Amino acid sequence: MNEYSIAEMKARHKVLAEFKYELRPVIKGYNKRTLYVNVGTLEIKEKPVSDMMIEKFNGGKGFDLKLMWDAVKDTTRWNDPENEICIAFGPVCGNTNYPGSGKSIVTTISPLTEIPVDCNVGGHFGPYTKFSGFDAVEIQGKSDEEVIVYIDGDHGIVQIITAPLEAIDSHVVAEQFIEQFADSPDKKQFVSVVSAGRGADHTFISCLNFSYYDKRRNSARLKQAGRGGTGRVLRDKKVKAIVAKYSGLKGDSNNPVDIETLQKTGLKLHHEIIDNDATQCQMRQCGTAHLVEIMNDYDLLPVKNFKYGEHPDAKNLASWEWKKLFTQNMPDGCWFGCTLACCKAVDQFELRTGPYKGHKVVVDGPEYETVGGCGSNICVFNARDVVEINFYCDTYGIDTISFGTTTAFAMECYEYGILNKEITGGLDLTWGNADSVLELLHQMARGEGFGVILGLGVQRLRAYLVKEYGADDKFLKDIGMEAKGLEYSQYMSKESLAQQGGYTLALKGPQHDEAWLIFMDMVNNRIPTFEDKAEALHYFPMFRTWFGLQGLCKLPWNDIEPVNNAETSEPAKVPEHVDNYLTIYEAITGKPLDREQMILQSERVYNFQKIFCMRMGKGRRQDDRPPYRAVGPVTEEEYLSRQERYDKHVKEKLGLDPTTMTTQEKMAKLRAYREDQYEQLIDAVYKRKGWNKEGVPTIEHLQKIGMDLPEVIEVVKRYL
Amino acid sequence: MKYLKTYPEKCTGCHTCEQVCSELYFKENNRDKSSIHIITQENGFDMQVCNQCQTCVGECPTQALTITPQGVVMLNKKLCIGCYACVAVCPTKVMFTYHGGVNPFKCIACGACARKCPSQALEITTREEK
Repeated sequence: MNEYSIAEMKARHKVLAEFKYELRPVIKGYNKRTLYVNVGTLEIKEKPVSDMMIEKFNGGKGFDLKLMWDAVKDTTRWNDPENEICIAFGPVCGNTNYPGSGKSIVTTISPLTEIPVDCNVGGHFGPYTKFSGFDAVEIQGKSDEEVIVYIDGDHGIVQIITAPLEAIDSHVVAEQFIEQFADSPDKKQFVSVVSAGRGADHTFISCLNFSYYDKRRNSARLKQAGRGGTGRVLRDKKVKAIVAKYSGLKGDSNNPVDIETLQKTGLKLHHEIIDNDATQCQMRQCGTAHLVEIMNDYDLLPVKNFKYGEHPDAKNLASWEWKKLFTQNMPDGCWFGCTLACCKAVDQFELRTGPYKGHKVVVDGPEYETVGGCGSNICVFNARDVVEINFYCDTYGIDTISFGTTTAFAMECYEYGILNKEITGGLDLTWGNADSVLELLHQMARGEGFGVILGLGVQRLRAYLVKEYGADDKFLKDIGMEAKGLEYSQYMSKESLAQQGGYTLALKGPQHDEAWLIFMDMVNNRIPTFEDKAEALHYFPMFRTWFGLQGLCKLPWNDIEPVNNAETSEPAKVPEHVDNYLTIYEAITGKPLDREQMILQSERVYNFQKIFCMRMGKGRRQDDRPPYRAVGPVTEEEYLSRQERYDKHVKEKLGLDPTTMTTQEKMAKLRAYREDQYEQLIDAVYKRKGWNKEGVPTIEHLQKIGMDLPEVIEVVKRYL
Repeated sequence: MKYLKTYPEKCTGCHTCEQVCSELYFKENNRDKSSIHIITQENGFDMQVCNQCQTCVGECPTQALTITPQGVVMLNKKLCIGCYACVAVCPTKVMFTYHGGVNPFKCIACGACARKCPSQALEITTREEK
């Protein structure tokens, strides 16, 4: 909602600081400099990138973490001025040849976890800022007034500008800044905006939106850096937006050493996608939402706060419903050249609630995680309701995953009477009440009511209920789906020990982007031993970390596969696509890379992030424990819903006779067994990763992988 | 819709069309830079050239591919970012690339080759449907 004209808004802009820099081309994927902006002191400068920084940290998330490590203190909290929003891109980022090559990686000290969080996000901001001249951007300090940071990559100027009149909600403010900074209406695609939303002003479960201008829809589209509260940090700095403009994009802007190989490798994948996507994942038709019915069929779709894994009404949220809602046959890539085109959108969607009621808007998604979190997990089985929740989450700067999981937790508390209308201020949080769910969101935007408390996330909502209302802490810990302070994403891990590790050992908190092993483990039984699981929990997190170093998307790795992939020795790794990555890396940077070196690049940064977490006070074994809801049945009805499976488990794994035991006895025995299994898994994983029993990397291991910088060793020694 | 119609049964494989095309648009005699390719086959010649089906237009992320009022698909090089999505999606494999080039290229039905074809194997014509 904004009553000002563009001219009125611009008239109130005042340049508080300006920095001019030399424009020069990217060479072999690197600028070899980063941008530092302090919105408090108004200092703007460029920093050189050393060869050591490239060797040890590679780019992307590696650069982010290195810059943040140097910027913060051991005691830095999320809202201290020295905390940063870092956004970096990686050497491969911005090429237009290989699908999925436009990702930015955002890091900050998270308000939810109080350790570094990292998000991999699409949109045009990353490539445009990279081609403007920087391998990363640091935003530090806190402003007294509403400002924006403007990067003009056409003229080599960075400015901090006051922006008091523009909106805060992302779908509005992105359009406003695009219109203000585009040279002409036909050049809007050259401007990208990073923004949050009014919800991020009041909640921790917040996100950042990265825009890309969709010429066909004449609309700013939004991709989310979703996890860990990045939006809250940006808004705490009173930054309304970070805007980048770059008009010179070409097919060779990365200045690769071997463009022909890059083109050929990209074209090979384009052909695979065009020829096979319709019979594989249908990403071009419904994006990741194609997963809904698959997860439901395998008992993996979260229902009622991860209590159950399936629901008969899940068919209302299945891919065929999304196909009807998503506009088809659009080149919906979040970066140019991505033919996987999974960024589907609902067009002309008329909102029925909130400040934009009656507006017809473009809604990005929903993606699978949003359908799981804001649909099945809270029993909202009306697709249009999920679309409306998705829209408001995005524009308010709220993470759909954390919002879904926290709301599911609240609804279960409501079911048990732990929460009631007196506490919620009259909101009926019965499962499936979409009107109440939307009202929670609007409260978050207004900064009032129970929505603000819910917006602090599961961990703090639990503490609130225990402290203020005497709720049972142990029970709430069991059902509160968070670890390290971050909410779980939307897959059921109860029946897959490996995925329990995949989630809970993830450095930033339980997000599935380090490892998704459920089919390998639970369905196909390909990793039966602890050592097998540990190997998978070493390889996949390291391999997937590499995407974040390069500025790549994970989806074109295994959401499209070569037709003969199943015949390879390790189909879960998609070996041909791994080789593609090695090829394009060398084609851009000129540096040969093999599979071992690829993992080593990741391992350095992964261990650095691990030690960064330790430096901030977490990152050890005690932080790697899941709520029991992620491991096994907390309640009797949960046990009984899968009684056959659990009884078999009791009989075969525990050697007990379930027919002679009460349900409570079986649950207790099963719990002891599963929790012990999880501890054994941790032992195996730590050993494989070169860490001691407390999860502390050993100095020998750090020396072996080349991450034995003095400041890193100094932190490790505190814990040995 | 205007397009270059081919008559493979009349083609003698002289490759004049390729020479005319590459010299007109790339100022060199190089069949790799021709928008029409003549391929020798067991029983004659295959003539590969754009039929203006427009499939590529919908795939272009920057709208660098547009359709003229005559129905010809044109590539705006200023807008093209060389992703080759159009190359991949082309059902007849006639969105071409060349060694060292960044942007793809295609037949725009200019008719230069048809005018020089000694065997009348090429003709600029129109059709109603796509």
